[in-house]
Amino acid sequence: MKASGKVFKYGDNVDTDVIIPARYLAETNPKGLAKHCMEDIDTDFVGNVKEGDIMVARKNFGCGSSREHAPIAIKASGISCVIAETFARIFYRNSINIGLPIIECPEAAREIEGGDQVEVDFDSGLITDKTSGKTYKGQAFPPFMQELIAAGGLVNYFNKKSADK
Amino acid sequence: MGMTMTQKILAQAAGLDKVEAGQLIMADLDMVLANDITGPVAIQELARFDKKGVFDKDKIALVPDHFSPNKDIQSAHNCKYLREFAHANDIRHFYEVGQMGIEHALLPEKGIVTAGDVVIGADSHTCTYGALGAFSTGVGSTDAAAGIAFGKAWFKVPSAIKIVLTGKPAKWISGKDIILHIIGTIGVDGALYRSMEFTGDGISYLSMDDRFTIANMAIEAGGKNGIFPVDGKTLEYIDSHMSEKARKEYENTGAAPYKVFEADEDAVYDQVITVDLSRLRPTVAFPHLPSNTHTIDEVGDIKIDQVVIGSCTNGRLEDMRIAAQIMKGRKVAPGLRVIVIPATQQIYLDSLEAGYIKTFIDAGAIVSTPTCGPCLGGYMGILAENERCVSTTNRNFVGRMGHVSSEIYLASPAVAAASALTGKISAPQD
Ligand code: SF4
Repeated sequence: MKASGKVFKYGDNVDTDVIIPARYLAETNPKGLAKHCMEDIDTDFVGNVKEGDIMVARKNFGCGSSREHAPIAIKASGISCVIAETFARIFYRNSINIGLPIIECPEAAREIEGGDQVEVDFDSGLITDKTSGKTYKGQAFPPFMQELIAAGGLVNYFNKKSADK
Repeated sequence: MGMTMTQKILAQAAGLDKVEAGQLIMADLDMVLANDITGPVAIQELARFDKKGVFDKDKIALVPDHFSPNKDIQSAHNCKYLREFAHANDIRHFYEVGQMGIEHALLPEKGIVTAGDVVIGADSHTCTYGALGAFSTGVGSTDAAAGIAFGKAWFKVPSAIKIVLTGKPAKWISGKDIILHIIGTIGVDGALYRSMEFTGDGISYLSMDDRFTIANMAIEAGGKNGIFPVDGKTLEYIDSHMSEKARKEYENTGAAPYKVFEADEDAVYDQVITVDLSRLRPTVAFPHLPSNTHTIDEVGDIKIDQVVIGSCTNGRLEDMRIAAQIMKGRKVAPGLRVIVIPATQQIYLDSLEAGYIKTFIDAGAIVSTPTCGPCLGGYMGILAENERCVSTTNRNFVGRMGHVSSEIYLASPAVAAASALTGKISAPQD
């Protein structure tokens, strides 16, 4: 499985409140949430993001509350993968559970710039910055995590597992 | 390369001989916990699974403790929803008001969690059970729902910080001072993702209640879990809190209902921190982060309006005993509100029989039925504008106990009780 697109770049400690502000939490439709994704730190994000684009950030991405609305909003905005130096623990879990691919790679997170064209191969963990020509090695997901993401999250994964039996 | 204690527990729960830090695994769960805030959300999520019903009615704990006894109509509605689900699915560990206590004090006390277990809870302080030598950690609502349906959870195997506790703590130094000192040293993300594995000869001086307090606050350093080795005190605790069912099985089959894991000699740690317990002084975390710590001698003159002694961090019997010992025959400072909340019905009853409750009431404090209440700013002691509280709870974030301008100072039961007598943050006197 691969993701490929243009990069939106952010800094340290992007918290769940800026990913999706609390004033929109009554919204339950993912597309409705996506309309406000990142708006408190990047008003251009929603207008410019295209299906398949990639988000790159520095340390402790997704810190703050445990709201699952945050990864849901990012996924529904069209982002195909988030690369960061580190993710806050519960955000990491919630992302995988709702089927948003995320990958930790400190070097890539530092060097890749906004606007670059980047490709991520989830099988190998290989990140290619086509603009700079550099490649990076993130941690590859083991087969069952890939299955989980490919299924679209934890609920579908388990549903599929039980159907296969 | 050897494995840490946490890694060994996870490897066995995933059916693997070996795991290493960073590896993603699917593990079998021994217990899944949710409360009156997170439980209803998880139950809604459950409906999205094709599989109906719960994985094991004996391995799910539902504890309405946050806003219970119900503080308003919404919380009554949530508890009703939780109760109906529990009854419909014949959940064994559902604790109604009257049996209920704060979840992280209740589960060990009832013998529901034990050494070697893998436990998830839709509550961030689920890490408390590491005191028993279990792997336990907090999760989101989808995880809890999957746990309830399938008895499984995925984990990224954590690396660890080894925290070596040496020496004997001085009088009045408790688990709370130790963990506040550690968080003050490494910061609120100092253990991000990682296990905090405690070891060292100093552990032998720590009671189980001290260890619960320390493991409870691992999350306040960003940790995935905090864990203690299993020693004689742990086994004694487990034995005296074993459920009837487990004890019968034990007697009939001879198979111990718990498992003892030890870190390998050559386990790899990201970092090793040594804490000399004999040098610690009573420690207080100032607003608005648990890492903003000061020792009692550098506190200065801070007048307070309220004292809270309770929570999943410090509402256990030993906490009640220490507070009662300091307050016995003395009076609460004029103008101060002192709220004591034993964490479970059993602790309440034991405190009553030991005379602690009478001591608190004689001193001018109130004693509440078990509940989270003021810890998360729910009810039973909300702070007004600019008010200050010394609290034995675990978080002092902006607005956590009430108005955004109110302040929480986190401290041990000894410091809280001493402060209750003077009306300002004070060290316990001999
Ligand atoms: S006592 Fe406080 S920290 Fe503990 S479970 Fe309740 S609200 Fe959470």
